[in-house]
Amino acid sequence: MNLNLKKESLRKVNETLQSIDRKSNKKIFKVSNPDGNHAICAGLKDEIEVTIDGHTGYYCAGMNMNANIIVNGNVGTGVAENMMSGTVHVKGNASQSAGATAHGGTLIIDGDTSSRCGISMKGIDIIVKGSVGHMSAFMAQSGNLVICGDAGDALGDSIYEANIFIKGKVKSLGADCEEKKMNKKDQNILRSLLKKASINESEIKNFKMYGSARKLYNFNIDNVSEY
Amino acid sequence: MCGIVGIYLKNKKYNSQLGKFLTGMMNSMATRGPDSAGFAIYSSEKKKKYKYSVCSNTDQVKEISKKLSKQVKDIKVKSISDHLIIETVMKPKKFIEILKNHDELSLVGYGSCIEIFKQVGNPKDVVKNFSLEKFSGSHAIGHTRMATESAITTDGSHPYSTGEDECLVHNGSLSNHNNLRRSLQKKGIEIKSMNDTEVAAGYISNGLSDKKSLKETLLDGLKDLDGFYTFISGTKNGMAIVRDEIACKPAVVAETKDYVAIASEFQAMAHLPNVNSAKIFEPEPGKVYSWGK
Repeated sequence: MNLNLKKESLRKVNETLQSIDRKSNKKIFKVSNPDGNHAICAGLKDEIEVTIDGHTGYYCAGMNMNANIIVNGNVGTGVAENMMSGTVHVKGNASQSAGATAHGGTLIIDGDTSSRCGISMKGIDIIVKGSVGHMSAFMAQSGNLVICGDAGDALGDSIYEANIFIKGKVKSLGADCEEKKMNKKDQNILRSLLKKASINESEIKNFKMYGSARKLYNFNIDNVSEY
Repeated sequence: MCGIVGIYLKNKKYNSQLGKFLTGMMNSMATRGPDSAGFAIYSSEKKKKYKYSVCSNTDQVKEISKKLSKQVKDIKVKSISDHLIIETVMKPKKFIEILKNHDELSLVGYGSCIEIFKQVGNPKDVVKNFSLEKFSGSHAIGHTRMATESAITTDGSHPYSTGEDECLVHNGSLSNHNNLRRSLQKKGIEIKSMNDTEVAAGYISNGLSDKKSLKETLLDGLKDLDGFYTFISGTKNGMAIVRDEIACKPAVVAETKDYVAIASEFQAMAHLPNVNSAKIFEPEPGKVYSWGK
């Protein structure tokens, strides 16, 4: 089914995608002429496949549940923000705060993302084939962020229990983020994520892992004079 | 919030459509800034002539022209909505002095190729009032304003111009503008309003008058201007964009072999020719990008 945003309103298109007849066999949709509109495919909750042909604005595929969404273009701020499950695959670049606060699902970005990728992520798997901007994985709580390119300043600032896997250079680490030794279990996690994004598994050896030093978890009495 | 847009044409075949392109960009950014709007258009240079963009609070254009022609030789006045474009050979210093005796007129900008228009109201109405669609030129910069920091008046609207053929639009806000305003005023830069962006425009004028390039001046600004901002700045030769180091305020660039377009959001550029095959990227924080002759 083709939904043309030049002919139908954004609200109508989103309504169609949000109220799928579960008995119907219609599972494959296409959205054309997105023209940078905001909140395209936000709040989908069924196991459908949607291809967006072009560039989107803010909060594309926000709050996604179950749906498999492919964007043949770039996305604006907050793609797949607060996603619960499903897959979002961006063929171009993403703006700030990709996958922000998302609880689950997989976000694959073929290009680069700008700042704050995976900010406050709570269980999502994010795989970025390019590089990420500054403050990525800021206050990340759970889930995995895989970066095949480089990371900007303050990677993983105030991180909790998420994992960051990175192949390229890290410009600087944020507070309480440190390099970790990758064990078998971590390698298996990385392997399955690379597989999901169709990246050669042999690349595993080129990745480093970062996580929380857990020094911000409790108050440190040595810092009492700072207050 | 505010919306900012800019377009620089590399291919002259589009020059006659400049106004049309900018109209679409401003209209789609009306949601980011619904209270006032303005734009600057750069067209071909008039050798040895100056164009003064003036906002008038009276509709008696004929009388104003008559009065001015007594004081200024060889004058041509074009009236568009509440603005006048006054063309003359008279040099800025002298002409600006004369304007000061006309309370009904306030200078918006001047130069050999710039024309600036700004007004309170929804951007969609503002661009209609000034018939932006009909303008042609080489590059243009626009702004849709959601006032946060100074009053909703024409004086508070962007673009700001504090030097010949210069202009600046801004999304964000500055926190050290009062101090900077004082120090720039001491150096003789005229800043009329209490607006933070006008101070930034004055800062750029000061840098350019010190024979620094626009790029150098904007890089210096990263140290001297405290606050958050995305700036688009225009000169006779082209335009530049810079975002502060934190880069909270959005910007996206689309570049093709025919043009470079900048906007707060991609949707402002969706109507431009072949934009889907353009190179699209976000300017990195703390880096100056410029295009021009």
